[in-house]
Amino acid sequence: MLEAMPHRAAIWNFLFGRLTFHSFPFLNADTEGRILLVTFFVVVIVGLAIFAAITKYRKWGYLWREWFTSVDHKKLGIMYMILGTVMLLRGFSDAIMMRAQQAYAFGPHMGYLPPEHYNQIFSAHGAIMIFFVGMAYIVGLMNYIMPLQIGSRDVAFPYLNNLSFWFTCGGALMFMTSLFLGDFSMAGWLGYPPVSELQQGPGVDYYIWGLQLSGVGTLLTGINFVVTILKMRAPGMTLMKMPVFTWTTLATSGLIIATFPVLTATLFLLGLDRYVGTHFFTNGFGGNLMMYINLIWVWGHPEVYILILPLFGVFSEIVPTFSGKPLFAYSSMVYATIAIMILSYLVWLHHFFTMGSGADVNSFFSLTTMMISIPTGVKIFNWLFTMYRGRVRYTVPMLWTMGFLFTFTIGGMTGVMLSVAPADFLLHNSLFLIAHFHNVIIGGVVFGVFAAVNFWFPKAFGFKLDEFWGKATFWFWLIGFWVAFGPLYILGLMGVTRRLSHFEDPSLQPYFIVAAFGAFLIALGILSFIIQIYVSIVRRKQYAVGGDPWDGRTLEWSTTSPPPDYNYAFIPMVRHRDAWATMKKLGFTRPRDGFNDIHMPKNTAMGIVVGALSFACAFGLVWYIWWLAAASLLGVVIASIVHSFNYHQHHHIPADEVRRFESGGPQAAAQGASA
Amino acid sequence: MSVKRFRGLLLLPLLLLGGCNLVLLDPSGDVARQQSDIMITTTIIVALIIVPVLIAIGIVAWRYRASNQRAKYDPEWDHSPQLELVVWAVPLLIIIAVGAVSWIGTHQVDPFRPLDRIAPGKPVAADVKPLEVDVVSLRWKWLFLYPQYGVATVNELAAPIDRPIRFKLTADTMMDSFFVPALAGQIYTMPGMQTVLHGVINKPGEYRGFSANFSGSGFTDMRFRFHGLSAQDFDQWVAKVRAAGGDLDRAAYDQLRQPSRDAPVHYYAKFDAGLYDRILNLCVDPGETCKSQMMAADAKGGEAMQDPHGHDPHAMSMPAAAPQPLSAPAAPAH
Repeated sequence: MLEAMPHRAAIWNFLFGRLTFHSFPFLNADTEGRILLVTFFVVVIVGLAIFAAITKYRKWGYLWREWFTSVDHKKLGIMYMILGTVMLLRGFSDAIMMRAQQAYAFGPHMGYLPPEHYNQIFSAHGAIMIFFVGMAYIVGLMNYIMPLQIGSRDVAFPYLNNLSFWFTCGGALMFMTSLFLGDFSMAGWLGYPPVSELQQGPGVDYYIWGLQLSGVGTLLTGINFVVTILKMRAPGMTLMKMPVFTWTTLATSGLIIATFPVLTATLFLLGLDRYVGTHFFTNGFGGNLMMYINLIWVWGHPEVYILILPLFGVFSEIVPTFSGKPLFAYSSMVYATIAIMILSYLVWLHHFFTMGSGADVNSFFSLTTMMISIPTGVKIFNWLFTMYRGRVRYTVPMLWTMGFLFTFTIGGMTGVMLSVAPADFLLHNSLFLIAHFHNVIIGGVVFGVFAAVNFWFPKAFGFKLDEFWGKATFWFWLIGFWVAFGPLYILGLMGVTRRLSHFEDPSLQPYFIVAAFGAFLIALGILSFIIQIYVSIVRRKQYAVGGDPWDGRTLEWSTTSPPPDYNYAFIPMVRHRDAWATMKKLGFTRPRDGFNDIHMPKNTAMGIVVGALSFACAFGLVWYIWWLAAASLLGVVIASIVHSFNYHQHHHIPADEVRRFESGGPQAAAQGASA
Repeated sequence: MSVKRFRGLLLLPLLLLGGCNLVLLDPSGDVARQQSDIMITTTIIVALIIVPVLIAIGIVAWRYRASNQRAKYDPEWDHSPQLELVVWAVPLLIIIAVGAVSWIGTHQVDPFRPLDRIAPGKPVAADVKPLEVDVVSLRWKWLFLYPQYGVATVNELAAPIDRPIRFKLTADTMMDSFFVPALAGQIYTMPGMQTVLHGVINKPGEYRGFSANFSGSGFTDMRFRFHGLSAQDFDQWVAKVRAAGGDLDRAAYDQLRQPSRDAPVHYYAKFDAGLYDRILNLCVDPGETCKSQMMAADAKGGEAMQDPHGHDPHAMSMPAAAPQPLSAPAAPAH
């Protein structure tokens, strides 16, 4: 049910809902308040500096025209990657605070965080890392690469793509707002009831509405990508000639379409319980918390594969490229992807074997879980045999791939241990579990994202990333990961459970100190990555490359770096798998004449407008500012109707301009330099 | 036992890490020990494939490095039906083996299943009655009721060694997970629902117990001590609890269920009969309708009951056990 409103004149409650001066936690004179105050000032100063710089260099118009309103899948992809990196900094700050608390809070020392603050931090860390780091990164990668790989000029619904981004951004902004206005959920990253139903204040509501916004954005992205892949492939590219990254994008998008509505519905029901006093998830009155846990994992487990599948695709592009030979057993790889996609729906109960479902049910889900390791194992073997009899060049992307192969395989092994139901009765919710899923998510998703960024960055910007700082990033992350999570495996076997903010047994402390040191190494890894980007931008002339810097195999390497707005002046004809490798072998030269006008979608401000209105609506709902919620929801409806009457959504790039770019443009000299 | 030998092998490298107490690899209760054995067995089976793969990755990565011009380079080789068969078959065989172990083990140490042995080769004697303990997780402490002895404790649990224990568990408000790592695997406690756990402790000693499922602000302090005692010591312990006095009546329970952190150990010489069933059926407060009665009424069409909260004959809730004699089998949560 709705909580009581503040005691003050009705007009204030109407205007500001339950928002009062006490809603600013950084005004409190406790440790939490001081930490937040410092953070607040840092954010304000950095924000003002960025704002001033953009204003000084008169870049607002440029940002608005070229980026915020852009419907170009490449620019949206880059914006997703930036969003992911910003949120990585936030999510990682949470991680450092958790590691510091657990390394310190022993015996008489209570640590510097009270449980209420600590609980918000681990809830925010998990939710942010999954929804706004992992998801932003994979959607960014899929956005940038997939249309290029299938020889398309954009996605099927360019406006929708822009709208998805702003929904995701709105969700991220909700999470960030909760830092300085009100509080955040203390119910863990999945918001289990009864904790999420009993928590007072706006924290859980931020969580619900932030995820609703980003969830809608992700769903629209999934629809967009499936239609794009099914309808917009270059002529000749049959399904079994698609690059494996495109296959995994298709599988992930299919999973998104089938599972994100479950998340939306589940959070909606939780919202009803909190706002109008229904009892879907309260025991008694016919509700049941087990229903929430089942529903959220019906979404949550496929989500794990939504995150990892595109990175399997990334490794399937990188290994053949740097081994100088085609991917081993392409068909096996495709079928393994589809098998993982289907099996991922059948395993959700392994997240709560200990709920008391009985031996038959637990056995079934234990077996389905183990079965997933078969296609995953096949993939590992296939990458291995791709390197076999190859000429492996250990560039930075390939280093990340090797780090992935070692780390992820061990994570897979501990995953099979957890999937054995009787063993899970011991290991469930222990730090062993924490170590396991970070092992696969960092070792798989994060390593994969870094591999992909190093691999495709030259495509997106026309220059390579610095090797030295790339290697430094890799070694800090790899060693940092094992130093941070090795102790957690051991602590798990010592029977230490997760989410504790204080410990009694001093013999555990050394392990937590080592883990905190590991987190510090990872921090150096993140710092190295930022330095790598900075150094590379400074030396961009020196690092400039042509369209095909790695001797690539798929279509995206056949166009310029960066590609023109229209990607391809002529849509390529595809006859073989590794289309570009074959074209190079056959002595392909880029046409210099015979260009036509190119029909392209036009930029639109409607995405950012609808995104902003949706954010306002969500904000109004969190703070019970009903007029704001109603007005902005009405605004969303009106904007959508207005947009549907806009008949000028396209424009033509004249043939002359295409010709100028293709033959005389600045990038033309770099064309297919290494082809 | 072969597993025992493997356990030694597995412990060896881990012991080098500093002699830490890896309780999950060497528990003191037979059920946890079986679970641990299953964990070790399956790990070894999986390692049969993981270790060679890790070595192979290292070898291939080194041998086929670009600078090694002596290694064979075959830029066209991209499939081999025989190899692909192996690549699918080997993980499949491993998973069949692990799956079989898991299937059998899941049924063998099903928490609902009464024990048939107290240690390897030591079946439960026919005349031994299991120790009954009713467990309630409160905000944020543990309440243990001993119906056979009429005593109750907060944040302290004791059991005689080598005697089967039957826990029936529920929660007052939050969802917790009852876990004594040395004794048996964990099980969730949920309000309005009952789970069951069977276990036995084989070595005397003091063990850690806690909630393994996050349940809010006081979760971190939700620990208790579990004492494995000889039969004689256990009787003395019960006498000590009884001597400490205190009556867990409705008023005392109301006091106890108020949220509090780091609650001290407390003993009760007696408790209200039927208290556990009223907690389970969410009707501790006077005037509340017990869930079991509401469901019985619903099953008859709902006419019999005038419930202020409105009743729903199609309620999807899980049937909780009706208040019943303790000898009757409790309804599991599923």
